[in-house]
Amino acid sequence: MPPVPIDQSDRGNVVAVLATLDSGSRAAAHGWSDLTIRNAFIIPTIAFLIIFNIFPLIYSLGFSFTEYQVSLNKPAQFIGLQNYADLLSDPAIWRSFTTTAQYVIVSVGGQMIVGFGLALLLNRPFPFKGLVTTLLMLPMMLSPAVVGLFWKLLYDPSWGPINYALGIGKFEWLSNRVNSLFAVAITDIWMWSPFVMLLSLAGLSAIPKHLYEAAAIDRASWWYTFTRITLPLVSPLLLIALIFRTMEAFKAFDLPFIMSTASVETIAIKLYQMAFQGWDTGRASALAYIVLIVVLCITNIYVKYLNRVKER
Amino acid sequence: MAAVSSRNQRFGRLVAILAIIAVTLVFLSPIYWIASTAFKPRNVATSVPPTVLFQPEVTPFVKLFTKRVQLKQPPTPEVYAAAPWWEKAIYDGGERILKVGNDVQLSQYPNRFLNSLIVSVVSTILAVGMGTITAYGFSRFRIKGEADLLFFILSTRMLPPVVVAIPMFLMYRSFDLTDTHLGLIILYTAFNLSFSVWLMKGFIDEIPKEYEEAALVDGYTRMQAFFKIVLPEAATGIAATAVFCFITAWNEYAFALIMTNRRAQTAPPFIPSQIGSGLPEWTVIAAGTVLFLLPVAIFTFLLRNHLLRGVTFGAIRK
Repeated sequence: MPPVPIDQSDRGNVVAVLATLDSGSRAAAHGWSDLTIRNAFIIPTIAFLIIFNIFPLIYSLGFSFTEYQVSLNKPAQFIGLQNYADLLSDPAIWRSFTTTAQYVIVSVGGQMIVGFGLALLLNRPFPFKGLVTTLLMLPMMLSPAVVGLFWKLLYDPSWGPINYALGIGKFEWLSNRVNSLFAVAITDIWMWSPFVMLLSLAGLSAIPKHLYEAAAIDRASWWYTFTRITLPLVSPLLLIALIFRTMEAFKAFDLPFIMSTASVETIAIKLYQMAFQGWDTGRASALAYIVLIVVLCITNIYVKYLNRVKER
Repeated sequence: MAAVSSRNQRFGRLVAILAIIAVTLVFLSPIYWIASTAFKPRNVATSVPPTVLFQPEVTPFVKLFTKRVQLKQPPTPEVYAAAPWWEKAIYDGGERILKVGNDVQLSQYPNRFLNSLIVSVVSTILAVGMGTITAYGFSRFRIKGEADLLFFILSTRMLPPVVVAIPMFLMYRSFDLTDTHLGLIILYTAFNLSFSVWLMKGFIDEIPKEYEEAALVDGYTRMQAFFKIVLPEAATGIAATAVFCFITAWNEYAFALIMTNRRAQTAPPFIPSQIGSGLPEWTVIAAGTVLFLLPVAIFTFLLRNHLLRGVTFGAIRK
């Protein structure tokens, strides 16, 4: 209700007005009860997510036990756990999992080192600190598909500026499997180190100054201060960054797909090819479930640590 | 002793600042390169060694928005003289702009850009609207199994798009939702909804309950208190959440690649698909990229104080 301007000289009336307003609060009793509001506020979201996320997944769980190809006009045929058995004994699938694991290690490892290093560097007063921090944050906000595309341009062997800047002639960044794995990972490191940096900076700035002062009085070495004060106090946030980035890198699709489909065949790309190029819906659904279980396990760990940090 | 250490400190500070400048330049150089390529003449874009200084031109942007064909013969001097500057630029490059009557034929880019805008804006409004009321519900009322429900909500965000896309594609096919705006809007709303709930819950938790309680005592209904007290207090949070949701939808690639191919195709799958067609014109691709990335860059600056919160689903507030 908008406040009504009240003439100060008219106090008696004000009381009367308040009294009528208060009797109007019986309307409150006529309004929705808290229970109704709670349900009306929460149930639509839960229902939406169940209809558009959980129901489709149940649907595909069904398909994962069948031989089914969307492209053929043949009904799905129940084959039990055959798809799962086939997948787990397929060397191509294991190769994809291996590629994904290597990608996760190189890319997330690089992000942790570069990101934490950046944070240590930026954790001091300097001119234009806010501007510089925001500028460094830019890469992670950009579309991975478009970033992948323009890094392909930067990596071009004959005229790309990267080869020129490094003076390495016509190095083929995106030709073979090993090179492209590193090339894609470098792009991912460029994009996501700022994320690690952001979390690390939050952790670093929360360390009480007096700890460092005490260490200085004790003439503790830089290394001792770093390993006994800095690292332990930042580690909860570093851990969150690590888990989140691991999960994201495990799902990596956009960057490797745009940059180098053939050589960096992550599990998400394999899944895409199986489902939308080979149209092998049954088997793809089974593989989707294997991936899903891994992701849910990591999510579980992630949420646990998120809540732990939140409570502090 | 003190003088020595202070000189050391000053030296250390200088080294740190130089390092910060160097690191910032290295990090921004890819963005600078793509932005400058968008203004380069075609032959300069792929020159060896790479050209740093050049006469900038906006021809790539003209090319980005128009349909063109190779010139078979040069235009007559009268035609050339009568053409506006942007058409002259195309003639100079040995091409002409396709026209129907006098109307310039537009390329597909403006349409894809518009699709991105429609899908991102509508899905953001839906996700933030539903997310805000749900966050209020979780923040203010007692809910059985609250932690489990919140985990369930967050877990839907973590699902890899390709995993969700397999059954969704089958369902969309039977409901004729493939290659429609509505289809993408539903997917993006679902994808952003969980994020929006978590982030908004953090913002609403920070609004003191006493504000509403005072309003309730004054005779407001719970709904009035929500709309007139809580929503205005949460305005900053709503804006930040909306910008995050918009950026996520704007950047999304996998769903758009799988679910759309023409009518509702958004910019992220469209821009890379341009490379496949004939000789890649990197300047034009760079121009398309710059226009596409510009809104996100602006939003990043607006969001700068909420980035930490956003990337941790509201868990870390700083």
